[in-house]
Amino acid sequence: MSSAVAKQKPLTFQELLFTLQRFWAEHGCVLQQPYDLEVGAGTMSPDTFLRVLGPRPINIAYAQPSRRPADGRYGENPNRLFRHTQLQVILKPPPERVQELYLESLVAIGIDLAQHDIKFEEDNWEWPVGGAWGVGWQVMLDGQEITQFTYFQQCGGMDLDPISGEITYGLERIAQFLQDLDSIYDIVWSRDPVTGAELTYGHVRLHEEQQFSAYSFDYADVPSLWQHLNLYEAECKALLDRAKIELTEENPNRQQVLRFPTLGAYELALKCSHAFNLLDARGAISVTERVGVMARIRNLIVGVAKIYAEQQRLTALPELTTA
Amino acid sequence: MPDFLLEIGLEEVPARMIASAQAELLKRTLALLTREQFISADPVAHSYSTPRRLAVLVQGVQTQQPDITEDTTGPAVKIAFKDGLPTPAAEAFARKSGVAVSDLKTISTPKGDYLSATTVKKGRAAAEVLAAELPKEIAALYWAKNMRWIPGSNEKFVRPVLWLVCLLGDNVVPLTFAGRTAGRATCGHRVLSTGEPFDIVAPDSYLAQLEGEYVLADVELRRQKIRKALDKVTRQIPDARWREDEALVDSVTHLTEWPDVLLGNFEPAYLTLPEEVLVTVMRDHQKYFAVEDASGKLAPHFLTVTNIALDETNAPIIKQGNERVLRARFNDARFFWEFDQRVPLADRVALLENVTFQKDLGSYAKKSERVRALAATLATIATSRGATLDAPAIDAAATLAKTDLTTELVKEFTELQGQIGGLYAASQGLSATVAEAIYDQYLPASAKDSIPRSPEGAILGLADRIDTISGMFSLGMEPTGSKDPFALRRAANSIVRILAESSLPILLSDVMDAATPALDTTAKLLAFFAERIDFYLREGRDQSYDVAKAVMASGHSDLRDLVSRSEAITAARGGEDFLAVSAAFKRMKNILTQAREKGDIPSSIVDHDLLLDPAEKLLAVTASAAASAIEELQRERNYSEALRVIAALRPSIDDFFDKVMVMAPGDDIRANRLALLTRTLNDLSRIADFSEIVTAG
Repeated sequence: MSSAVAKQKPLTFQELLFTLQRFWAEHGCVLQQPYDLEVGAGTMSPDTFLRVLGPRPINIAYAQPSRRPADGRYGENPNRLFRHTQLQVILKPPPERVQELYLESLVAIGIDLAQHDIKFEEDNWEWPVGGAWGVGWQVMLDGQEITQFTYFQQCGGMDLDPISGEITYGLERIAQFLQDLDSIYDIVWSRDPVTGAELTYGHVRLHEEQQFSAYSFDYADVPSLWQHLNLYEAECKALLDRAKIELTEENPNRQQVLRFPTLGAYELALKCSHAFNLLDARGAISVTERVGVMARIRNLIVGVAKIYAEQQRLTALPELTTA
Repeated sequence: MPDFLLEIGLEEVPARMIASAQAELLKRTLALLTREQFISADPVAHSYSTPRRLAVLVQGVQTQQPDITEDTTGPAVKIAFKDGLPTPAAEAFARKSGVAVSDLKTISTPKGDYLSATTVKKGRAAAEVLAAELPKEIAALYWAKNMRWIPGSNEKFVRPVLWLVCLLGDNVVPLTFAGRTAGRATCGHRVLSTGEPFDIVAPDSYLAQLEGEYVLADVELRRQKIRKALDKVTRQIPDARWREDEALVDSVTHLTEWPDVLLGNFEPAYLTLPEEVLVTVMRDHQKYFAVEDASGKLAPHFLTVTNIALDETNAPIIKQGNERVLRARFNDARFFWEFDQRVPLADRVALLENVTFQKDLGSYAKKSERVRALAATLATIATSRGATLDAPAIDAAATLAKTDLTTELVKEFTELQGQIGGLYAASQGLSATVAEAIYDQYLPASAKDSIPRSPEGAILGLADRIDTISGMFSLGMEPTGSKDPFALRRAANSIVRILAESSLPILLSDVMDAATPALDTTAKLLAFFAERIDFYLREGRDQSYDVAKAVMASGHSDLRDLVSRSEAITAARGGEDFLAVSAAFKRMKNILTQAREKGDIPSSIVDHDLLLDPAEKLLAVTASAAASAIEELQRERNYSEALRVIAALRPSIDDFFDKVMVMAPGDDIRANRLALLTRTLNDLSRIADFSEIVTAG
């Protein structure tokens, strides 16, 4: 490498992930595996969206493949992906000097801060469908946005206390930056420790981008998608209705309170959200319809957040915790 | 007297909020110190800020309030003492004053002898007052958006507070705010400084100590440093200059503690993309300054302001990173530019069916049809009054105006809507008139913008906006108070400006009639536009409120005429005669109002045989002559001369009021005099209702 950036071999894509995960594990985070459902961002994983609710502290980190059907470009655009990978860190509550801790993580992946221009620029986050918002920054490194840093304020329309700090690393962007590349597909994903042979991001993922772009834009069956959406919505709603009866202080059946499948309801809501994204990519949702469908999904997601908070409250009651 | 220093250390504050918060903190601190008598009326004070701190420094602060000695008067002596012994009244007064009964004095007043107590109110120490009161001032600072972060507390601030420095001279004032207690430790630059907190010795060493740790806390110095560096770095390229951008300089000033400037380059091949797109990417997305050559054409360079000192090692790395980001952004833009061209604007008209303008007003396809019809009506009116217009071009522009909303480039750069449509139109072979009209359709978007360059563009702008305004009004969605979600006021301001500043022979009434609003909507629209016109005269044309009111009372459909009348009056209003005539008009109006209240119904037909007094005969003659002269001058829009004619009526008007009693006992005589006044007022109020002009005070 003749590049001015790279004095020694920069981290491969997978080394980048290992290093960040190790860094945060060493700073007290539980390492969780990626959530096994289609989500558009790490925020939508229950490990973020639901865990930030209520009073229980948690530090957790996980990589999250994030699908955005409308962002697909058939693998032809060097900077845009149908599915990218976020490293998501939730610190609840955020520790003192959390920015410094974050900067240390950059040092850990080989970024010498004295050799770069780093700025925290205002960037607030909002997910109306989840009744969620926060304030924070986009972290700019030599003009490249590499991280979203957010202090969650509300989720499911409820004020959070304590708040959570969310750090979302865009792994492809950071790898591209470290390896000084113009195309995501040239990122070195792994290097054989014996032969030194390199596999690139393109080798590993290009066919996914090609096929899922085609599926999202050209093949996905619109009537079926509407059916999926309606079915998932109906089941989720049915669960929310049952929660009104079962998730109450008056319910003498404690086991029923503990086992009520709020997480299942959340997955159904996420399925709706993904179906919506696919329909959107297929151009099947008119602007007028859009507002209405989003309101339907919002009802589900905010509804789940509410019963999750309630379940947390009920299960924390002394008679239940000792049960 | 010692100096006072307050520094609030924060996680990065949004750049757009810093300047006003810095000013407010200074204002609040000074108000507190003044209120509590710790500083003189004219203090020497400074305020500083970086993204990570807000600071205030006040010189010469008293450390102690003086004690205040106060005499208070109590009950009358004859009530306070009975038989030489204190009554409960005396005891209560002593208790209230905090003294013994024996310490009470007697004072003599005209009403008799009273008890008096001398109390001393101990002055408080500055440190004590500041610790108690300053946190309230800090908490009261306004932030456009703030946050909570302290568990179990509802306390809010713009970002978490990391440290507080509060010094009065050498001493710490240990105030507490947002869970922090003030000390003397602050932090330097995130990267360049050691990272360890360090102590501020005294307020007067604050700036120098920070500078030693790579923080330039003085905003103006930082701004100058950035400007100088921009100049210096640009000199590396012969004949080039950086494109002045005050808002961007401001923004990067508030994003840095230790700024430096770096020159980067991009492939000249990108210069084939429209300059608007390149500049938007650089300025809005990357906060880069554009560089232009001697002829003002964009050059393949950019300038980025870093928050770190550049040297031979880091400069190439930072340059390379920024260049790569810009390349990716430009590549995207080029991809969109080429991709969009595959479907020409003409073929995108049908796509507008799927873009909703407003739920009840239908799609942009429907809107475009309405705008076409409106534009055609306005064009016909203007042509009938002698304007030369390219009517087919107007129709083409109205048809295609909104098609750029379906392009990828506008989805990516929404701030360039209209402009991008114009650029595509030009590159797809449409005439310059059509392309320019589309390009300019959203002009003026703000008070700083100019109006559309061509009359065709002006007509498109009028038609588009009146369609939106009348449509929203018909749905009852007019702006109320501070709520104007569809920016209808701005749209109306633009209509007013186009009518007043273009050469189109179109009246506001033409624009409103073309939109054929329902009857009840018309009244609301009239009132709405009257407000906007009044706003335009005062804010856009610097006219005083009374002049605006006076000219608007004489009609405000012809906006160019309105502006001429208004400016002529503003120029003439200093004249003594003019003011006297205005006062006389007010008098006439009052007389007529009173007469109406008493049941007289003044006509405007003067019976010359009933004019008895020479003074009233004279007024009838001079006023009528003036009326004809003014009518002629008004046709020529020679308002300054017309106003001179009116001012010249002063002697005959003065004479009339000196000698003639309007409310004469005889019914006929009185009615005729009222008619004379009515006639005179009517004839002379075609330029303005002069009685609205404030003549005194």
